Amino acid sequence: MTFAIPSPLRANRGHGADLLPLLLFAALILLMLFSLMLGRYPVPFLDVARIVFTTFPINAKGDYTNAPWVVVEIVRMPRILLTALCGMGLALSGAAMQGVFRNPLVGPEIAGVTSGASLGGVVAIMLSWPSLGVTGLAFGSGLLALAAAFSLAKLAGRASTLGLVLSGVIVGGFCGALVGLVQTLADPMVKLPSIVYWLLGSFAGATYEKVALVAGVTLVAGTLLLGLRWRINLLSLGETDAQALGVNVELLRWGLMSLVALLVAVQVSVSGGVGWVGLIVPHLARMLVGPDHSRLLPAAAFLGGIYLLGMDDIARSLTEQEIPIGLLTSVVGTPIFALLFWKTQSKGWARE
Amino acid sequence: MSEPAIAVSGLGYFYRPGQWVLRHLKASISPGKIFALLGPNGRGKTTLLHLLIGALKPREGSVTVNGKIAFVPQLFQVSFDYSALDMVLMGRAKKIGLFSQPSRKDEEAALAALDRFGMADLAGRPFHELSGGQRQLVIFARALVAEAEILILDEPTSALDLKNQALVLDWIGTLSRKDGLTVVLTTHHPHHALAIADEALLMMGEADYAAGPAAEVLTEKALTLLYGAPLKRIAFTHEGRRIETFVPVLPVGSNVSSARQQPDFARLWAARH
Repeated sequence: MTFAIPSPLRANRGHGADLLPLLLFAALILLMLFSLMLGRYPVPFLDVARIVFTTFPINAKGDYTNAPWVVVEIVRMPRILLTALCGMGLALSGAAMQGVFRNPLVGPEIAGVTSGASLGGVVAIMLSWPSLGVTGLAFGSGLLALAAAFSLAKLAGRASTLGLVLSGVIVGGFCGALVGLVQTLADPMVKLPSIVYWLLGSFAGATYEKVALVAGVTLVAGTLLLGLRWRINLLSLGETDAQALGVNVELLRWGLMSLVALLVAVQVSVSGGVGWVGLIVPHLARMLVGPDHSRLLPAAAFLGGIYLLGMDDIARSLTEQEIPIGLLTSVVGTPIFALLFWKTQSKGWARE
Repeated sequence: MSEPAIAVSGLGYFYRPGQWVLRHLKASISPGKIFALLGPNGRGKTTLLHLLIGALKPREGSVTVNGKIAFVPQLFQVSFDYSALDMVLMGRAKKIGLFSQPSRKDEEAALAALDRFGMADLAGRPFHELSGGQRQLVIFARALVAEAEILILDEPTSALDLKNQALVLDWIGTLSRKDGLTVVLTTHHPHHALAIADEALLMMGEADYAAGPAAEVLTEKALTLLYGAPLKRIAFTHEGRRIETFVPVLPVGSNVSSARQQPDFARLWAARH
């Protein structure tokens, strides 16, 4: 399958293209500051900037009677950090997966990790575990789902791309069914609403503990993924060609998928299912910097942070009651994807 | 005589046990020469190439390679819109560290390789927008930056028009004769093999091979047997150059004429009712 985005913005190898990730990073920081202003309790931009740049949130001996400080550093900051980190992780994962599977239509969900993590989260809610327990079990079961998918692919013989996709679909389908089962068994008055709400995805329960978990995983897995980004180009050529170029295809593919699984599992574990980000954002980034994964991954990461943070800002300020972000990303993501699809079709996607 | 670039002995391979694709194959490819592999579809040409590059492991026998190999697959689709330069850079895979990105030096080497084929101007162009011949040359450039000594080409001229066929064949000759590369290629065009190959291997059957100097192996009789379709080897002089080539002798027999005959619909209809 081929899917190319012809883009007038496609950058040549020049300084302009190298600057873009920096610009996106700056935009992300600005959006984070802006997001700290948003909410029921208004804090002016200058106050936000002063609080952020003069106090340190985590072990700060803050003044809890100082309302703007509490709102910015304790209420909003963890959520904004968490959202930005998850957006970055999801977009990185999506860009990497599209390269690994040589198919720009796949998202990070394909490995079955999302469903696996959802199952863990749902079971933990069912068992009335505390919030960090939900996160932990979701993360663990996401990794377990990946291990199951890998072993299944290995059992089937050659761990080909198709084998991995099929095993991911099988494991994902199985976990999805179990999630449904848990939901049917759940007490409809007490447990079911929180399960459904968690599955729809939300960053509302953000805490600094969750930020620390996501930051740790993203820092390690994201850095490794970024380090390997040029190698994704090689993998995307196909097995035989990559092998002939001296790539250890199987090892590299498994390594990349494990990193992706870590990022996805940690995101689902803190915020439930947030779809379409890993699919849409890499496409947007590809329009800006072209298909070379060397430049695509950094751009996608920052763009992912911006996209998800923007979505979360809308989710928490559009209506009186917060909209689950998973719903919003799907509602916004699908038409964007349709638009991309239509554009690429009309501009000569057909390439015989 | 110098050591062969590739030596194959007693080579056998199957995808399903008991169904040998090739077996008891013995061949020796001399360094710096062009070696052509011919055989009908499904006789194992591509399998043999994959065995040579190490993508498949022999079930029987051995493959010994002396030198760095670069593989040029059949004209292929790339899922992403990589530029020609991106494609050539990938030839540097072994020189670029696992967690590193291509350096300026890598880019310069890639550009120089493209320039070698007169394609430096096209470096920024998307690979898939290039003509089939240009794409093939980009992949040759990729083999050059990989500092390959042996080029393995899978049907380098298939799916190309006549002009691009000539361009690619000419470059294959240059890479062998000027750069001293060993070239192994598969082809469905016996006249291409006759024009540029030094040695040839005909894959007649499961364990039936004919190998030797191209001019001696590529005979009317052997090729007619190989393809099951008659061929004529002809020689003529063009602009002072003696040229030998093959032309297929197209059948004018019963199959062609009967296929063109209109069926008797009235009779067919009557027969059914």
